[in-house]
Amino acid sequence: MATIGVDQLVRLEGVAVGYEGVAALRDIDLQIAPGELIGIVGPSGCGKTTLLRSLLGEPELYAGTAEVASHTRVGYVPQVETVDWNFPITVEQVALLGSWRTNRWLPWTSRAERSRARVVLAQLGIADLADRPIRALSGGQQQRTFLARALIRSPDLLLLDEPTSGVDIKTRHEILHQLAALNSAGVTVVLTTHDLNGVASHLPRLIALGEQTVLADGPPSEVLQPKILERAYGQPMLVVQSGHETYVLPVPEEAPGAHGDDLPPPEVVSVVAAPDRDDA
Amino acid sequence: MLEPFEFGFMQRAMIAATLVGSVTAAVGVFVILRRLAYIGHGLAHSIFGGAVVSFTIGFNFFLGASIWGAFSVFLINQAARRRQIGGDAAIGIVTTAAFAIGIAVISRARSFTRDFEAALFGEILGITNQDLYVTTGMVILIALVLFLLWKPLVFITFDNDVAESYGISVRWVEAIFSLALAATVVAALQVLGVTLIAAALVIPPVVARMLTDSFPRMFIIAVFIGALTGFIGVYVSWFVDVSSGATVVLVQSAVFALALSWGVLESRRGLRAARRTERLAGLERSLND
Repeated sequence: MATIGVDQLVRLEGVAVGYEGVAALRDIDLQIAPGELIGIVGPSGCGKTTLLRSLLGEPELYAGTAEVASHTRVGYVPQVETVDWNFPITVEQVALLGSWRTNRWLPWTSRAERSRARVVLAQLGIADLADRPIRALSGGQQQRTFLARALIRSPDLLLLDEPTSGVDIKTRHEILHQLAALNSAGVTVVLTTHDLNGVASHLPRLIALGEQTVLADGPPSEVLQPKILERAYGQPMLVVQSGHETYVLPVPEEAPGAHGDDLPPPEVVSVVAAPDRDDA
Repeated sequence: MLEPFEFGFMQRAMIAATLVGSVTAAVGVFVILRRLAYIGHGLAHSIFGGAVVSFTIGFNFFLGASIWGAFSVFLINQAARRRQIGGDAAIGIVTTAAFAIGIAVISRARSFTRDFEAALFGEILGITNQDLYVTTGMVILIALVLFLLWKPLVFITFDNDVAESYGISVRWVEAIFSLALAATVVAALQVLGVTLIAAALVIPPVVARMLTDSFPRMFIIAVFIGALTGFIGVYVSWFVDVSSGATVVLVQSAVFALALSWGVLESRRGLRAARRTERLAGLERSLND
């Protein structure tokens, strides 16, 4: 059995993972190097969260080898939909949960911990919200609060489940810029996303999931291909290239040629100018 | 006014009610935020079964009831892990079965009707010095558990799904908390009785939740309300000649009603202020036009 290489942070080989004896993903081969920025894409229920959480060693491992380099500090940001927003807790208190191991047997936090929390909140532009209850936050502020909880541990590997879901375009850009800045600072970032145009196409590496396994792994130009997307989503997709930008458009079921009888199958189309998808 | 303090049994009752009121509220904060209010009710019934069996076989009440409670929690956790069953159904099955065992034992040995009533409705005025020492010891132990496990408990209560990825052993922390909850119910059994424990676990934390949006503050307010209403309930019961356990819960219910009314008034006042601001803004706009 091969062990994880020095230039690898994560290595999955022939992995099958799932819950309660049922495999959600099979035959997963994946390697992540330090400093990468990766997006996991695929339709709802394809196992994006399961793959992300398999990097935490959480789902049951039924086959293969899953390894994360020793001494890797992992920060995990869950989907905000799973959080109880009526819980009586402030932004700073959420951030401080991330450092619970410091003085773990004491109920209170040290001044140094609180200072560190303030620094992280300031870094994310939400220092002024420190004492605000989480139920009074906007979508973007919620994301940043949970990002702060992950960052307070100074992670080497940051895992984010749908970090841009439910936020407006401006906030989405801000979150992506913050993640890019963290990545530039050396943090390896892996995120899941539904947003092929606004998020996935801007990432340097994508992993497309479908049919319970990895269908493609590489740069967006290789992964966002009509055939791969049709396998993943079970629907024909049109891919439009405009300069460095890639746009994925679903082909309506009733559209002539959608199933490839009368017209050639959907393919990559290059255009000189494409509509700004952000305005859509 | 000071008459109740002249009697030893009343002094012990007031101390026990204050201790039990504070510890049920403290544990109750985690119970209600995890939406487990039902478990307090169920566990009290389950532990009643243990108390009856302990009495019948001549075993120590506290020890027997605690072991029974811990075993019930273990069974609930095991059953709840199966998705086909779920937490609420597991609580319903295990605790009613344990309660039924107690009833079955009583129906076979009809001699202890009085003890049966004491366990159901509490018998705080019958607390001996030894009972008080045991109750105090249990309260200190539970407080120590909450103190040491505060951070992982808060994490799990807030975000159970993610806690494991932050290095918290969710199973262990949940198991220890369940034992602390069982111990709380045992400690409260003699003061409040099976039928009223759930109220003492739920009402003070709910009132505290209505008053603050900060978890540490909610905890402190809940413990304060639990202790104060425990003390006042027993004190008042001397004058009104009503069961002490029932009086404690009625005082807590009155505090809840006050907090609810205050909340309703506050939100109406806020609504009126918002409408006034809106009207003034409209007036200003029309003047400017």
